[in-house]
Amino acid sequence: MVTNATSLGRNGLYDWLIQRASAVVLGVYFICVLGFFLCPGEATFADWHAYMTSTYMKVFTMIALISFMGHAWVGLWTVSTDYLTSLQLGKAGTTVRMIFQGGLALILLAYLFWGVQILWGVK
Amino acid sequence: MLVSIYRYNPDTDAEPYMKDYEIDTGGKDLMVLDVLNLVKEQDPTLAYRRSCREGVCGSDGMNMNGKNGLACITSISQATNGKKKLILRPLPGLPVVRDVVVDMTMFYNQYEKIKPYLINETAAPAIERLQTPEEREKLDGLYECILCACCTTSCPSFWWNPEKFIGPAGLLQAYRFIIDSRDNATSERLADLDDPFSLFRCRGIMNCVNVCPKGLNPTQAIGHIRSMLLDRAT
Ligand code: SF4
Ligand code: SF4
Ligand code: FES
Repeated sequence: MVTNATSLGRNGLYDWLIQRASAVVLGVYFICVLGFFLCPGEATFADWHAYMTSTYMKVFTMIALISFMGHAWVGLWTVSTDYLTSLQLGKAGTTVRMIFQGGLALILLAYLFWGVQILWGVK
Repeated sequence: MLVSIYRYNPDTDAEPYMKDYEIDTGGKDLMVLDVLNLVKEQDPTLAYRRSCREGVCGSDGMNMNGKNGLACITSISQATNGKKKLILRPLPGLPVVRDVVVDMTMFYNQYEKIKPYLINETAAPAIERLQTPEEREKLDGLYECILCACCTTSCPSFWWNPEKFIGPAGLLQAYRFIIDSRDNATSERLADLDDPFSLFRCRGIMNCVNVCPKGLNPTQAIGHIRSMLLDRAT
């Protein structure tokens, strides 16, 4: 058992499941968004606006945003523990990795709140 | 034939280097181990491991023209794949002791972690614990592993985390004990593998399957363990 404080669920299976489930959500979300443009007929701004501000799409966008956060954290956390380690970078490894993970957490949180603001700001 | 070999003697060399040898194979498609023996006649300072010379002991795993395998059962033509030059290097990802001999400690440490022995607290029967032919069949494709480390040292996840990721060989053996009907420590074994590194560092790259000289499939064993973990956690 190798423990770790910064993995999302502190458990391999949990992270693995999050990665898969969020990938499915994101996949379906992008199909829905692209699907709007692929539908026959002219895509006007008014239609697009109505589509994206419907409660369904707002909720779905929030779920997609949270899935994106989970997906990005698990994926990039894995990258950081593969490549930003003392084995690869020597003494600086731990510092570089912590800065990377901290920065990543900030960026993802910023995306979340920014996304909320946009979603509920658009009338 | 031209043979290029990775040479490094930590006592005398500042850095590893590649050394070329011209070998007369007598026109025969020799095994790579035979070629090494011929080189050794020319240059007795060359160090390599070998024992059984027939793919049983697992001691002469090395990297031949970029692919891991056992020198004793890989012919020149298989190794060079049409190229002029035979290039021999140590297994990647492990510290080099000398020339193509590597220090296997990290590999064995991972093997040790999976408790490679039967655990059974029930009273031992008078003669032996019996298995039905079906129960025994489940060990096929697992027990044949000779721990040559060809798979684990071809796995990028092991290169990056050799102290945390068990690696394909260890995980294949973990599964071998998990599904053995005579072992009843299944849940402890599974619990030990449930962290983000031990098993879940496997990214399904399948380099391991590609090189196993015994034709075993560690990726599949890892998949079976993952399904069992999923089964018990959801
Ligand atoms: S699984 Fe195959 S390649 Fe890996 S150690 Fe066993 S025999 Fe060697
Ligand atoms: S399938 Fe998994 S264990 Fe095998 S080489 Fe790829 S990452 Fe390593
Ligand atoms: S010498 Fe034993 S496996 Fe090659």
